[in-house]
Amino acid sequence: MDVRVCEVAALDDPGRKVVEIEGQQIGVFRLGDEVFAYENRCPHLDGPVCQGKMLPLALEAVASDGTSSGRVFSKTQMNIICPWHGFEFDIRTGVHPTDKRVRLRRIPVRVKDGAVYVTIARATHANQR
Amino acid sequence: MLDRAAPKATSLPELPEITAATDTRAYLARAAVQAQSHDDYELIVDVDAHLQEGGFWPEIIDLLGNDVLKQTAQAMLRPGSLPLINMQPGMTFQAMAGRIPHQSGPQEQTDDPAKAGHRFVQIVRRTIETMGLDYQVIFPTAMLHLGMNPMEDIEVELARAYARWLIERILPEDPRIIALLYLPFNSPVECEKLVREYGDRPGIIGFTICAVRHKGVHHNQYARLFSMIEETGKPLVFHAGPHWDDPSFTQLNRFVSMHALSFVHYNLIHMTNWIINAMPERYPNMKVVWVESGLAWVPFLMQRLDHEVMMRQSEAPGLKRLPSEYMREMYYSSQPLERNDLELLEMTMRKINADTQLLFASDWPHWDFDPPSAITTLPFLSDQAKRNILGLNAARVFNLPVKRLRPRAKDVLAARAAAGVA
Repeated sequence: MDVRVCEVAALDDPGRKVVEIEGQQIGVFRLGDEVFAYENRCPHLDGPVCQGKMLPLALEAVASDGTSSGRVFSKTQMNIICPWHGFEFDIRTGVHPTDKRVRLRRIPVRVKDGAVYVTIARATHANQR
Repeated sequence: MLDRAAPKATSLPELPEITAATDTRAYLARAAVQAQSHDDYELIVDVDAHLQEGGFWPEIIDLLGNDVLKQTAQAMLRPGSLPLINMQPGMTFQAMAGRIPHQSGPQEQTDDPAKAGHRFVQIVRRTIETMGLDYQVIFPTAMLHLGMNPMEDIEVELARAYARWLIERILPEDPRIIALLYLPFNSPVECEKLVREYGDRPGIIGFTICAVRHKGVHHNQYARLFSMIEETGKPLVFHAGPHWDDPSFTQLNRFVSMHALSFVHYNLIHMTNWIINAMPERYPNMKVVWVESGLAWVPFLMQRLDHEVMMRQSEAPGLKRLPSEYMREMYYSSQPLERNDLELLEMTMRKINADTQLLFASDWPHWDFDPPSAITTLPFLSDQAKRNILGLNAARVFNLPVKRLRPRAKDVLAARAAAGVA
C-alpha cells in the first residue's frame, strides 16, 4: 500500500528523510529528480544506516601509467554511510562499493503529483492512498 | 531529552541524522531491540569499553600529585586538548571524517550532575541500559599511548591520577561500572605501589598493561609485580592499541592499514615473549586476558610458535607443553570480531576454546564497536556458548557475581515508547 512521505520539494538535493511507518523505519533519499528508499537497517550489524552522513564516493585517482595522485571524491556517486561502523552504500543502487553482495533492502518508492510515496506491506496508515 | 523530532498530527514520525551530539540511547536504539533476543541470559558483561578522556581531562589532571606536572598540564589546557598525552592531534582519523560520529564524542546533553550523577556515569548508564549490560569494564583511550611517552614520570603520575579519578569519582556512583588499574609498566616499582595501594579497592577488578610499548614483558624486573598480581586472584589484561609512529608502521600510508596491523602487532610481541619465556609455568595461577586485537591473530600465532618451538626447544626450555596449549588456556576479548568469513571464525573459536575462554567486548564508543548481537547472531555457537561468552566466562575471570543488574529489554523499550522515542 502506498504511503505519502512528504513533498519532493521538502527534501534537500541531495537530501533525505527517515520516517517510521507502522514500526518500519524507512529512509527516503533525493538526488536531483530521482528518489530512492531503503529500510533503515544496515546489513552489517543492523545499524541505523539511513540516519548517517551522506558523502560522495571516494575514489583512488590512478593514471594510465599506474601512478596514483591520491584520493578524490566522485562527481557522480553519492553514498549513505552507516553511523555505527561506516559501511557505505550507493544511494542510487543501495550497493556497497567494495562487496557488491552487501546491499540495503530497497523499498518501492515513486513520485506522484509532487509528493513522495513508498509502498509498504501493511495498509493501515492514515497517510495511505 | 532524546534525539527525536516530535511527530506533527499529520506527519510521519521522523528520525533525525545521527551526529556526535546524538544521545547514546538514540544512537544505540537498535541494540535495545536486539537485546530482546537474549534477554533471558543470566549475565551480560562488556569487558572492554572506553572513556574518551577529552571532556574529563581537566578533572584528571587536577588530581596529579606532582605540582610541576600539574601546573604544566593546566597551563597547556585548551577545550578538548589532552596535555601530557603523546598523541598527534592531526592524526586522529578514527571517526573517518565524521562518517562515524560517536568516535568524536561524547557531545550529547546530560542532566545536572548534582541530581543525576557525574556526566560520564550518566553516559555509561545510558549505554549499559540500552545495550542491555549488567557490567561494563572501562578503559581509557588516549592513555593507551602512554607507554610510548619518553617522559616516564608522566605515565606514572597520570596512572595514579586516573586511578584516583576512577576510585574516588566514578566507580562509587554505580556498581555496574567497573575498571582495571592502569599499570605504568615503564616503571615496575611504581606499578607495585599502585597494586598495593589501589588493587583491592571496590570496582577495581584487575590490572591492565596497555600493550603499546617497547618493553619485554618477560623481564626479571617485573617478577615481583607479577607475583603480587597472581596473589590477588585478579587478571592481568593486555590491552592493545594503535601507534602510527612505530618505525615499521611509518611505511603504511592509510589509517586503516596501520589500525589493522598495530593492535595485533603489540599483542603478538607480548604473547610471544610471554610464551617463549614460559611465563605460564612461572605464574601458573595468573589469569591472562588479551583485549582488542580480535581473534584471527591467535590461531596464526599458535601455528607459528608450535612449528618453531618443536625445532628450537633449546631456546624455549621452560615450556612443558606446546605454545598453543598454553594459549588455549588464556582469555580473549571478542572485539573487533572478524565476521566476514564465518568458516574461518568458527575454526578460530574452536582453536581458542571460545566456549570457556572468550569474553564479549563492545569497545564502545569506538568506531569499530560490536554490540552483543555480534555474538548472538553467530550461527555455529550453541546457546550455552553464547551465554558463556556474553557473561558467564567474564564472571569467572573477573570474580563477578552472576546476578542480573540490567533492566528487562521490554521495559527499556517500553520506557522509550512512553517517552515517544524509537
